[in-house]
Amino acid sequence: MRTIIFRFTAPYLTSLMVLFSIFVLLRGHNEPGGGFIGGLIAASAFAIYGIACGVAPVRRALHFHPMAIAAAGLMLAVLSGVLSLLIGVEFLTGLWAFPTFLGTEVALSTPLFFDIGVYLVVVGAISSIALALEETETD
Amino acid sequence: MTQGAVPLIDYSVILPVAICFIFGAGLLMMRKSIRWHPLIALPGLVLLFLADLTLLYRVATQGTVTMMMGGWLPPFGIAFTADLMGALFLAASGFAALCCGIYAVASISKVERRYGFFPLFFIMMGGVSGSFITGDVFNLYVWFEVFLIGSFGLLILGSRHEQLDGATKYCFLNLVGTTFFLIATGYLYGIFGTLNMADIAQKAAETDKTAMLFTLAALYFVSFAMKAAAFPLNFWLPASYHTPRFVVSALFAGLLTKVGIYAAIRINLMLFPPERAELSAVFAWVAALTMLVGGLGALAQTDLRRLLNYVVIAGIGTMFVALAMPVPDGDAVPSSLSVGLSGTIFYALHSIVVMTALYLAAGVAAHLTGTSSLREMGGLWRSNPLFAAVMLILLFAVSGLPPFSGFWPKVALVRASISGDLPWLAAMVLVSGFLLTIASARVFALGFWRPLPPIAAADRKVEPGGVVEEKFLAAGPDRALSAIPLFALTAFVIAAGVWPQWLFDLTDGAAAGIVDPSGYISSVFGDAP
Repeated sequence: MRTIIFRFTAPYLTSLMVLFSIFVLLRGHNEPGGGFIGGLIAASAFAIYGIACGVAPVRRALHFHPMAIAAAGLMLAVLSGVLSLLIGVEFLTGLWAFPTFLGTEVALSTPLFFDIGVYLVVVGAISSIALALEETETD
Repeated sequence: MTQGAVPLIDYSVILPVAICFIFGAGLLMMRKSIRWHPLIALPGLVLLFLADLTLLYRVATQGTVTMMMGGWLPPFGIAFTADLMGALFLAASGFAALCCGIYAVASISKVERRYGFFPLFFIMMGGVSGSFITGDVFNLYVWFEVFLIGSFGLLILGSRHEQLDGATKYCFLNLVGTTFFLIATGYLYGIFGTLNMADIAQKAAETDKTAMLFTLAALYFVSFAMKAAAFPLNFWLPASYHTPRFVVSALFAGLLTKVGIYAAIRINLMLFPPERAELSAVFAWVAALTMLVGGLGALAQTDLRRLLNYVVIAGIGTMFVALAMPVPDGDAVPSSLSVGLSGTIFYALHSIVVMTALYLAAGVAAHLTGTSSLREMGGLWRSNPLFAAVMLILLFAVSGLPPFSGFWPKVALVRASISGDLPWLAAMVLVSGFLLTIASARVFALGFWRPLPPIAAADRKVEPGGVVEEKFLAAGPDRALSAIPLFALTAFVIAAGVWPQWLFDLTDGAAAGIVDPSGYISSVFGDAP
């Protein structure tokens, strides 16, 4: 698979797909998208990068081990539920805040953080599996 | 259901699950610094147990408590409803997990910690805790999957050949079981249009589609019987539970089969009482044959852990006895169903504790003698009298002999069977207890009483007719770290045997809440539905 064309395009393709996955993640609250599908897109981006350039560069680029990323996502998702304990409402109740950054109103909410958690779990788990499979195949 | 501000103690409904996932994820994030794992995992397990006890206190003093996830009103949101039965199972599971955690600190090697023993432990506990509190049938399925994932990981930790062999059977059978569960849940949603247990209990009582509910009840029973290892779906358990580390076997034997029992009581008894009553002849035969297979299987084994596998199965049969009780006819108070169910819940709690303790004790015995085969063990009475006394207590308890915790629930079950016109089932409980007594006596006589048999190394290799056991691999458990959990578990066994009334008060309340689920329903929907 390591043809020059593929190796040349893979980094661009990967960065585009990761960007798109974040877009899908963020629009997911009211429109089609969300953490799960966004995470799948990002994981396939890393898989493509792994197929083109080998597994070691992907692991270097991710910096953290994929399982640690998945664990961080799980932690984020649970903590976004635990926040409701401090406010005194039922577990996982959506809490919203609308701060203004540079003149733009930004909707921040616990469902958003929960979704980011799901995204990280999917990215971590799927790329952990994909990288492990690619590792045994290429060597 | 709580609306408006939630009292702080009501958060104990969600805490067991939240604690498990926070600690599981945290430990997974620090996968490089395995030296810290035990230091973080143990406080986590203590917290989990405290949260379980808080919930039990809350439920015992103020009744069933419900929290709707995300504040979505029932029956649309996912309900977490803790009634007395769920809280009791939860507290027992937290206790067993804490004891296993202490034991695991010393006995799990660095390599296995690196492969994620403690994170998997917490994920499994999260699944088990979730199963005991959830009030939503599909959510129950999800928790089943969660603890199965954790248990798959724990089962193959070490990657020895027979572990993978056992794990294949375990995974396959459990996946088939959960598939049945999922199919049944699909039908359930098709019939009622709701998955909330309280809502189903109400609607099932009013409906006249009894033929459909009959199919549902049978499908659910097959899947839970498979999970609980009841005859004739019990063969996966003896094929897999003796392969992982002792502490993992202890966890599995203590907790996982009881989740099957719990789900069978919750779904078959609470949601579909008339269908359960129709099927009671089947339940009676399943219970009787499971007890018999467990008892006879235990007699036939020479490996300590394989023997205990069959003891687990015999216990499962005993717990199914309550499901075979006839419908309460109203004039007998308390009815044979409530007495039997109370006995079953008591027996399940006892079984969680005593099976965990027995597998841990088997681990200690195997470490001390270097083998887990009863043919080669011996002399433990002489060398470790205190440990031998603990083992004797545990063996008495598991055989159902007084004055330990296994005796009273069997009394209740025998009483219920006789008053419920099932004298042969009462006899089966006693026969199974008798078989287990013989098996226990064999364990104690061969492993503890007799002097160490002088078997040459050459003899071990060409053992006639027997499987050559692989050299015992577990790292030696630290003396104090293995003694603390054993003593704690044994203390419960003695306490529940000598003063059974406090526990019977709780299990009577739990059984009453299942036989008449109006408290459960009003907890979810408020007092005026």
